[in-house]
Amino acid sequence: MTARKSVVVTGVGATTPLGGDAASFWDGLLAGRSGVRNLTEEWAEQLPVRFAARVAVEPSAHLKPVEIRRLDRSAQFALIAAREAWKDAGFEGKSAEPNRLGVMVGSGIGGVTTLLSAYDDLLAKGPRSVGPRTVPMLMPNSPAAYVGLEFDARAGVHAPVSACATGAEAVGHAIEMIRSGRADVVLAGGTEAAIHPLPIAAFANMMAMSKRNDDPQHASRPFDVGRDGFVLGEGAGILVLESAEHAAARGARVYAEAAGVGFSADSHDIAQPEPDGRGVAEALAFALEDADLTPGDVRHLNAHATSTPRGDLAEIMAFRKILGSAAEDVAVSATKSMHGHLLGGTGAIESVATVLALHHRQAPPTINIEELDPEVTLDIVRDKPRALPEGQIAALNDSFGFGGHNVVVAFKSV
Amino acid sequence: MALTQEEILADLAEIVEEVAGVDAADVQMDKSFTGDLDVDSLTMVEVVVAAEEKFSVKIPDDAVKDLSTVGDAVGYIQKNQA
Repeated sequence: MTARKSVVVTGVGATTPLGGDAASFWDGLLAGRSGVRNLTEEWAEQLPVRFAARVAVEPSAHLKPVEIRRLDRSAQFALIAAREAWKDAGFEGKSAEPNRLGVMVGSGIGGVTTLLSAYDDLLAKGPRSVGPRTVPMLMPNSPAAYVGLEFDARAGVHAPVSACATGAEAVGHAIEMIRSGRADVVLAGGTEAAIHPLPIAAFANMMAMSKRNDDPQHASRPFDVGRDGFVLGEGAGILVLESAEHAAARGARVYAEAAGVGFSADSHDIAQPEPDGRGVAEALAFALEDADLTPGDVRHLNAHATSTPRGDLAEIMAFRKILGSAAEDVAVSATKSMHGHLLGGTGAIESVATVLALHHRQAPPTINIEELDPEVTLDIVRDKPRALPEGQIAALNDSFGFGGHNVVVAFKSV
Repeated sequence: MALTQEEILADLAEIVEEVAGVDAADVQMDKSFTGDLDVDSLTMVEVVVAAEEKFSVKIPDDAVKDLSTVGDAVGYIQKNQA
């Protein structure tokens, strides 16, 4: 039996509410900044939630006008982050072997603003006014397709869709795509651009969002007794994953090993996790096994922690159940407190954060915890970053989505 | 008052620049949309829809396939403008 291929991370890219690239995103995390702002658009006035975490840098600063015109905002974010990750990995132009290059980039909701504005045009001006690019802009695989076109990826261009687990699921499938031998290099991640009155009204009516309109920057408060739901964000994260062999052959810098992934499904409820976190626990156990880790190897967790009352506790219970007493030595960060919840993009930017945490040996803080929920019996990194131990350590990124999707990606230091 | 050929060309060049990202100066009468200006089929539909609005003309789908050069389009618009 041949040894399983090791997969490494050689490039990162991100466009987020904390910064328009991975370096400024990381700086924002360490500084404990909030990317949440009041929504000033006229449409926001009637909504029950009037704040969100918009990207720090508008795509128009990075893209040509014709790219802005042809791509839904979600694909714009993905392309910006992919270009950054590609360059960061040391590639230039279309410099990888096309038949060995893959793309795995998902979105939770897809081109929702394109769809809804095309419908507005249809009603106002008739069918001839509906742009011929409407379908290629609204389809959820559009960001993946454009990233594939940009870099001439021919080994397979895929777009997982699993709500808020999408970004992490993409990273997990990319690991498996490389292990299976279908590709040497995969651009993987997630993107979302859903700050629009319809998704906001819909999420708010599900009671999933914080309505702290008088104090938006303190609205996302994972693990705090006063948490009342998530804060919507937007943006994208992309990682360049590569077989260790391929990275070594071209002398690439390696941030971390993408060591394994655990997938599971709750099959319990469309919107709520099982209260005891059974599905989450299974995904955690699978990830540890897949990455060949023992609980004692894990020293950092980037938690999903959306700051919904039930979700945060289910995650904590699952983590304690699988890691046992080793959980005491894990520094837990809930970075959504700063960047909000990017839905399909969130597992991707949190994977970027987890990789950078291992690379820099720093766990980002969790902000806005005024009174820690007494049921949260884990070591939460609060207010300022914490140094991670030297030596060989592992870090996990948890992501869960409506529909009962659970994904845990395991990274190891190099 | 009917627009001159030069006026139509200038306005059409602006549309092609906005929709396709081609420099307006490159949009000349003898240029082919697909061969020279890299205007693909979807972009062509966008150009046509914008031109219909700009010049108040109807350009049926059947007519679009005969508009292979910028000159063809300018000629069609000039002939059919209101």
